[in-house]
Amino acid sequence: MIALALGALLAALCVVWVALPFLREPEPADDTLAAPGARRLALLEERDRALAALKELEFDHRTGTISDEDYRASVGALRRQAAETLRAADAHAA
Amino acid sequence: MPELGRAALVAALGLAIYALLAGGLAAHRRKRRLARSAQNALVAAFVATAVAAIVLVAALARRDFSFVYVAQLTSSDLPLPYALSAFWGGQEGSLLLWLLVLTGLGAAAVVTGRRVGEDVIAWVVPVIAGVATFFALLVVAVESPFATQVAPAEGAGMTPSLQNPYMVAHPPLLYLGYVGLTIPWAFAMGALLARRVDERWIVATRRWTLLAWGFLGLGQLVGAKWAYEEVGWGGYFAWDPVENAALMPWLAATAFLHSVMIQEKRGMLRAWNVVLVVLAFSLSIFGTFLTRSGILNSIHAFAESPIGAWFLTFITLVVAFSLYLFFSRLPLLRSKTRLESLVSREATFLYNNLLLVALSLTVLWGVLFPILSEAVRGEQRTIGPGYYNFFLQSFGLPLLLLMGIGPLIAWRRASLRALRRTFAWPMGAALAAGVALLALGAGSSPLGLVAYTFAAFVLGSIVHEFVRGTSARKALGAASWPSAFGQLVSHNRRRYGGYVVHAAIVLLAIGVIGSSLYQTVREEELRPGQAMTAGPYTLAYSSLERRQAANAEELRAVLVVSRGDRDLGTIEPGKNRYPVEQQNSNEVAIRSDPLTGEDLFVIADQIDEDGTVYFKVFVKPLVNLIWLAGVVFVLGTLITLWPDAREARRLAARSALAPSET
Repeated sequence: MIALALGALLAALCVVWVALPFLREPEPADDTLAAPGARRLALLEERDRALAALKELEFDHRTGTISDEDYRASVGALRRQAAETLRAADAHAA
Repeated sequence: MPELGRAALVAALGLAIYALLAGGLAAHRRKRRLARSAQNALVAAFVATAVAAIVLVAALARRDFSFVYVAQLTSSDLPLPYALSAFWGGQEGSLLLWLLVLTGLGAAAVVTGRRVGEDVIAWVVPVIAGVATFFALLVVAVESPFATQVAPAEGAGMTPSLQNPYMVAHPPLLYLGYVGLTIPWAFAMGALLARRVDERWIVATRRWTLLAWGFLGLGQLVGAKWAYEEVGWGGYFAWDPVENAALMPWLAATAFLHSVMIQEKRGMLRAWNVVLVVLAFSLSIFGTFLTRSGILNSIHAFAESPIGAWFLTFITLVVAFSLYLFFSRLPLLRSKTRLESLVSREATFLYNNLLLVALSLTVLWGVLFPILSEAVRGEQRTIGPGYYNFFLQSFGLPLLLLMGIGPLIAWRRASLRALRRTFAWPMGAALAAGVALLALGAGSSPLGLVAYTFAAFVLGSIVHEFVRGTSARKALGAASWPSAFGQLVSHNRRRYGGYVVHAAIVLLAIGVIGSSLYQTVREEELRPGQAMTAGPYTLAYSSLERRQAANAEELRAVLVVSRGDRDLGTIEPGKNRYPVEQQNSNEVAIRSDPLTGEDLFVIADQIDEDGTVYFKVFVKPLVNLIWLAGVVFVLGTLITLWPDAREARRLAARSALAPSET
């Protein structure tokens, strides 16, 4: 009998919990799933990747993992890339 | 209370089916409230499964033999911790544990992953629910832990070898690993279904993958410790298919954890990462199938197993679904970035990936071959350790070397001059170690000498990285050396936590090589009063003693151990007899030297009535480094797992800057 009552209570709680989004918002203004803009997100990911690469290059240069020669060969291109991604992200936001 | 357990599992099955169907519909039609409702159903499925688990735990604690499962696996005199560990000691309980961990981790991953975007999460829910439906169906309709009977007076008891603390921890750790790999797979599938293959699924699952991988690795080490102390043949890993079942997904997940960094840093290997995550998850399900279907005993046992065909069908569906999604979304997974140089950090990661996957697939072939040969030719042909050891050496040694090379090379490209400079110190350390080891006699095993030289190189490169990094932090203005070290690790936990894990792998390699290639083995039959030697140890057999323990009769051979003139005390190998279970077990004696990491390992292989004992004695140098590696492995994994507030802020800012499209 106790088992039956506990089982019924569990079932009732589960039903309420599952129905909660509909009980809370019976008539929502908007019921559509949101998704971040794909192009904007790609640009932001590119920007973060370029900035992180630049930061890592600087640190690896300080630690000596990257020689002065390799640093000079890479830093210019990475800075340009970071600047381009920043510009592209800003342009898309505007 | 078995009715409550059964009802809770039926509720869990219903909720999982609802989460699958409603979640799929919500994601397809982009319905927000229905998607939330499906997420809630997944959380509720966990709660229902937890109720069922509590019912089973209570029955085990009370030794309620009216539960068939409890009567089959426990007895009245079985100590409580072992009685509770029977939860995962049998088929039905193991499947319930799978479902419990799956719904728990799945619900947690979905709730904490909401910030990555509702569009992806909406698809993740039905994918996880699909797996949960399969396991819920098994415990409801095929192998229920809540089958009842008229309670017998006594239970059958637990297999003696399972009555060990390590065996209490080993299965749940492995399950956390196996099941945890569902999460990255579900997010990858969710991203493909949503046609959104940006980095969000990787960001959301990074810690879940690490957690699953950490548990799987730790579970294997705990299992090895159990085998070493309890099974008592003198080893810790025997390339047994059940052991291989855990190793294969761990290797694939290791490859994934490395290659995913290339995607984050360089935007490369997107398709390869999906392949790896599918491989890791498929192998984890395959591992469960191997251990649960009876197929390892024979094809016939598999045919008679109630769950074998279910598992095979499920694995086929998982692989077919994953491959369909992968190929149908392949154009989205193409990367714009290319590998700039074969001498770069990403290139070493790529080589490491190829070796790890090759090793994983080689082990898979070794496991499959006996099964296939029995299916095709009617006779089971086994593959011995020689096969596995050959490939472990062939792929493992280059992998070890790459662990040292990778950190020393920069991303994108490296010049010869830079390589010469960064390699000088670790190479010097390796050569010095090699020469010293040769002088100490390590040349008796050329393979061991090469492996130890490589290990010294890796340790040298790790130390070098920490020293250079700390110096750089100090130069950047850190107040003191400890503060510079702290800043170094906290500013890049993944990199430096990863190095700590590498150090653990090196310790593991040193321990495995020392205890296998440089071990001493002696076998001798002794009567009380006689002595034998093994390496530097002398063992004098003094007496045979009988004792009564809580649930076993113990027989112990007392040996007085000395090393030169130094008395090292006594050790007592022997056997236990378990009257309820009607079984005997070998109880090995181990004397560890904490300073050298060496073990003296003694088996009383055969004990005669007149007190004559056939002893098998191993001297295992450095074997304790294997267990130390476990501690370092956990430390490294925790460092990499630790939340990074700066990264969280960066990701939150990125999400805030990417406005929603509805």
